[in-house]
Formats: sequence, C-alpha cells, structure tokens
Amino acid sequence: MDERAVPQKNDKKKKRAVIRTVILAILVAAVGYTIYNSATAEEVSLLEVGDKAPDFTLVDLEGNNHKLSDYEGQGVFLNFWGTWCKPCVKEMPAMDRQYETFSNEGVQVLAINIAQSDFEVQSFADQYGLSFPIVIDKTKSVMTAYSIRPLPTTVLVNPEGNIQRIITGEMTEQDIEGFMEEIKPE
Amino acid sequence: MENLQCQCGHMNPPGTNLCESCGRSLTEKEQNSKLVDMRYEGTARRSQTYNKSIIDKIWNFFSSVKVGVSIIIVLLVAAAIGTILPQQAFVPATTEATIKDYYADTYGSIGRVYHYLGFHDLYSSFWFIALVGMLAISLIIASLDRFVPLYKSLKNQRVLRHPSFMDKQRIYGSGAGAEDTLEKAEVKLKELKYNIRTDKNGLLAEKGRFSRWGPYVNHIGLIIFLFGVMLRMMPGFYVDESLWLREGETRAIPEVPGYYLESKGFELENYTGEGGEEVFGEALDRVGTVAKNYQTDVVLYQKAEDALPGAADGQEMVKEYPIRVNQPLKFDGYAIYQMDYRLDELKAMTFALTNKETEESLGELTIDLIDPVDTYELENGATVELLGYYPDFSGFEDGEPQTATPLPNNPGFLVKLITPETPEGETSFITIQNTVEPLGDNDFKLTFLSADTRDVSGLTVRKDSTLPILGLGGLIFMIGVAQGMYFNHRRFWIQQKADGTILLAGHTNKNWFGLKKDLDQVVEYASLPAYTDQQDEIDKAEKAEKEGEALS
Repeated sequence: MDERAVPQKNDKKKKRAVIRTVILAILVAAVGYTIYNSATAEEVSLLEVGDKAPDFTLVDLEGNNHKLSDYEGQGVFLNFWGTWCKPCVKEMPAMDRQYETFSNEGVQVLAINIAQSDFEVQSFADQYGLSFPIVIDKTKSVMTAYSIRPLPTTVLVNPEGNIQRIITGEMTEQDIEGFMEEIKPE
Repeated sequence: MENLQCQCGHMNPPGTNLCESCGRSLTEKEQNSKLVDMRYEGTARRSQTYNKSIIDKIWNFFSSVKVGVSIIIVLLVAAAIGTILPQQAFVPATTEATIKDYYADTYGSIGRVYHYLGFHDLYSSFWFIALVGMLAISLIIASLDRFVPLYKSLKNQRVLRHPSFMDKQRIYGSGAGAEDTLEKAEVKLKELKYNIRTDKNGLLAEKGRFSRWGPYVNHIGLIIFLFGVMLRMMPGFYVDESLWLREGETRAIPEVPGYYLESKGFELENYTGEGGEEVFGEALDRVGTVAKNYQTDVVLYQKAEDALPGAADGQEMVKEYPIRVNQPLKFDGYAIYQMDYRLDELKAMTFALTNKETEESLGELTIDLIDPVDTYELENGATVELLGYYPDFSGFEDGEPQTATPLPNNPGFLVKLITPETPEGETSFITIQNTVEPLGDNDFKLTFLSADTRDVSGLTVRKDSTLPILGLGGLIFMIGVAQGMYFNHRRFWIQQKADGTILLAGHTNKNWFGLKKDLDQVVEYASLPAYTDQQDEIDKAEKAEKEGEALS
C-alpha cells in the first residue's frame, strides 16, 4: 500500500501546485488589469497612435467641404483650437509659415475651430492672414470623435490615413517643422 | 507531514482531526476534549497542512479567515478616512495640478499627505483597488479551501461511526433497545423528511445538507458583484459624463458616438401658491421660493448611417423629449438626466446709435452674441461695422483685446460707426457699461438698450451596463444568506450493538432546539434511549464550579 501511495502522493502534489498556480495567476492578472485600467482611465483618449484617424467632413470659411479621407496620400496636420486659447493663437503664425513650405510637399493643414462664430474665426484669420483652411466644428462632433480635451491639441495623420502622433499643448516652430517632416509623403 | 492512519485502517491526509471514515479523534487535542469540533467535519483544511513552495505560502495567506477579516477592517478604516476631507469630485478644481494645490492650500500638510496617499480619489487609488482585489482573492481561495474538503467529506460520509465519535457529539444517548427499534426510528425519521441510509447495524438520517453551502453561494454572489464593479473600469461599460447645453444649441453627446442633442428650452418653475396650490401657501410663506419643476426640452438626433462627424445634413431626428428630474431621456442603453442649470446667460444685445450731443437716435441694432455678423445697416443710412468681438473680454494684451473663454459672459465689441455726418467712420470699443474711444472723441455712440438671455441646462450622460451583473451578484448573495440562515443541516447516527444496546448521536450546524424537537418525536415513537445535551451539561458543570468558587 505504501509503495503505491508514494507516487500517487507526488502526482497529487504536482496537480495541486499547478491548480494553485493557475488560480492565483488568473486572480492576480484580473486585479492587475483592473488597477492598470483605473490608473489609465484619466488619460483615456479613445484614440491611439497607429489607429485609423476617424473620418469627418467640415466646412471652411469659404464654404468648401473638407473631408479627411480626401487627403489620403497626403500628410494631414489637424490642429484643434479656439480664439480664447492663448497658446493656440501663438502657434498659428508659425504653422502658417511652415504650411507655405510644406503645402508643396504634400502636407495639408486643417485648423479645426471649436464651435465659435463665423465672425470671430473669420476676423481672426484676417488679422493673422492665415492661408490654410480653417473649419468650424459647430456641434463639437469631430472634437468628440477625436476625444479632444485640452486645447491646443494637434493630431498628425500620415499619408496612409493613420494617426502618427498626438500633441497636446503649444508647439514651437521647430516642433511644427519636425512634425510636418514626419508626415510628409515619400 | 505524513498521512495519518486511523485505528480503523483508513489513511487520512495530514491535518485531519476526525477520521474521514469512522470519526475517531486523531489528534491529542480532540482525544482529550469532551466534545468533537465538527467544523468542516473535522477534515484537513488543506491550507494549514502544506506550506512548502512560495505558491503554497501565498495560497495559505489568502486562505486564512483572519487575513480576510483584516483586509475588510483595513478597507473600512480607509473608507472612513476617505470621508474626512472632501473627495476630488467635490472640490472646486478640475485639473490634476489645481486639485493637488487645493488640498495643500486648504488643508495644509494634512491635505498634502491626504492627496499624496490617494485618499482624495479613494475608489480609484491603486492601493484601494488592490485591497479590494485581495479581498476577492481571499474570498475565492478561502472558500475553495473549505468547500472542497467539506463537500467530499459529506458526500463520502459513512453510516457507521466509531463509538468514540458518537459519544463526543453534543446530543448523545445510549441504552437498551428493542429488536425493531432501528426500523421504527427509520419510519419516523422518514416521516420527518430525513434522508436515511442504513448499513449493517447502523442508520444515518440527514436533512438539509444544502444549508452548509450557504456561505459559499454567498461568496459566489460577492465575487460576481465585485466582477461587475471591475467591469465599470473597462471602457464602454460605464459612462458618467456631464454636458452643458445652451438653449438653441446642438451638441454631440460626449462618450455617445453618433448622437446629438439639441436644447429647445430650459424651464424652472416655482410653486406659486395659487391655482390649486393654496395648500402650500403656509410653507411657501415660511421658506420662500420652492422649485416645482426643472425641465429641458430636447431633441435627440442620430447621425445618418453613412454620414461623417461634422456633416451638416447628416443628422436624423430620433425623438423629442422633456427631460425632468428623475425622468431622463433614455435611448440605446444611455440615459440623460437633468442635473443642473444656469439662468440668463447673455444671448443678444440691442443698442441704439445715438448722437452724443442731441441724444437723437439713428436707429437700433441687435448683435447676436452667438453668431454676430460684420455689418449692421440702420434705417437712415447709418452703418455699424463690427471689427472685433470678444465674448468674454478680459483686458488688453499688447493693445489687443483678449477673451478668456468662448462664452459671452462679458462681451466686448470693437465697432466702426458710419453715419451720413461721419462717412469715414468713428471707432469705438464697447463693453458692458463702458465705452473707449481709442482714436479720439466721437460724435456718435452706441447706447445699450436691452439684452436677450438664454438658459443653460446641466445634463448628465449615464450608461451602466454592469447593473444586471451587480443585480445577479446581489441576488445570489441573498440566496446564499437565506440558504445558510433559514435552513439547518441535521443528522442523527443510530447504532445497535450486538447486545441490543442503542447508541444515539445527533448534530446540527444551528438550531439545536429544532433538532431536539425532531429527536423527541423519534425517541417517543421508536422507544430510543433518553439522550442528553452534553453542551448543557458542560455549561452546568462550569456554572456550578464557578458558584462553588464564589461560595468558598
């Protein structure tokens, strides 16, 4: 009886160790995942680098429609802004200068204003002599689709239509130049 | 540790207190005690026996009821501390940095520590979640460790037990019996709805075993509940967003892709004390105004199937609905509640163009603060050109007027006034109750006449897909409670020795009174020997001893 009991006992021991390890691993993984989720819940932007940029269509100050997917093959520099946001206002002239250089190389700038009046946006564009198209997101639907929180936020879309980079906060002219270089088609 | 071999020949796993087969006491402690400890049927709680690998050590830690109770106490204390200072949702700060400063500035170093340790957002702090997770692990492991041996032991229990097991039961009796005693006892016990098993000269009657699973069912409910709470943190399961919606505005609903909400109007209605409300008159006189209704009339739109965000014509009306307190707009798993309001935000301002000297009016103009235009033509050939509009004027920077927000809280206008008398125009900067004439004195000015306002509705967007899971967890929890509380597991062992002597023992997990009532009927019917409650005897003896001590 004893000779039979020993190997049986070892088998049982092994089985027990495996079962306990598996159960503990599952439980620890579940708790770890929960903690991870709650830690990242604050900065949960539904969009991530590498995702397909959500398509949208908005009207610019001249009444032209701009549909993101029409720009496939070009890099698109999406800048979310408002006239009350000082860093947004500061980076506009630099964006305009870089746009003049890069527009010939297949980089499009779309400045998306957050639900302000045509008058405010138009007089701002006139004042700074901005040449890139400015569209107004009247219902904040594009802002919601891109889960934009702070302004300014810039989303770089590469020629394949995927998100290359998301920048929150003010950019210097060198930053802007580097970013446009990044999404320039080959 | 070695297996324990009982005198009956059965091999018991180490840590066993009572032989799995015959019920003899295996440990010295059990052998010396007057009554056996029937918890978990005297089986080995595996956690307490193997303690070799690191996995076993972790397992044993969580298997301990002491550890489980300690975690609960720590959670309670932490939750109590979390109520001392306000949680971050209730402090007047929104960004991470300002929240941190708020605690430090308002509550000093205590506030700093409080914030540093995560008490300001307790339910989301990683250590609180980790503790709840540990409680869940403890619930699962402690239950497994106890349920499995208990289940096996009750499933495999033998009818015949050793006399030493029986005489250490709380209910015990022995004495002469008749030939048909066992049969008669069986008949009566069956009548009392006991399950009977017989073996040779013995009988085991059992009822309500499922009551023993109550605590484990209860724990399953708790685990499901905690799982539901965990799901809330996953994207898509739980939405709790706020939305400020102004009258006339259409906005995309945050966290609800493809839906838009338009406010047709907000209404705050107070009790008037008239028209059937006279009954409230006295109360109204005492407390003043009492709100009767907060209501936002909304229209819900859905994006057309192939429409893109931002497309002006891509919205289809779904329904119109008056959102009132506790009467949310419900659609597609979401609910939108009336939560807050702000009355009378500026919407439009009306001015008269007047000659400063004669105070003669050249006509009126109304500037829509939401959508101003660049030229306003007046009747008598005068024109007002809007050069700049600053909805929330906050001062000048480098000679430029600035706006703090996009909301018309303090509108400022830079205008050019062109009249037949001043064809080149006069420039004027107007804010509320203030006019600046930057390019010299003007002959004309804009005189403020009136303002239009609109209300703002504070709405909350909610979705909670975890509610059915929480409900299920709660239901199973309650089933477990009822199972364990309102049912008892009762057993009787009866044996007749070769000389005709009857041994009788009884056990229940609770309600010994009920057990005795059952047994009394059987004793009477089958003329079993009289039994005693050995616990009562022990208590009596102890009491007598104490009294004896007191007397001497």
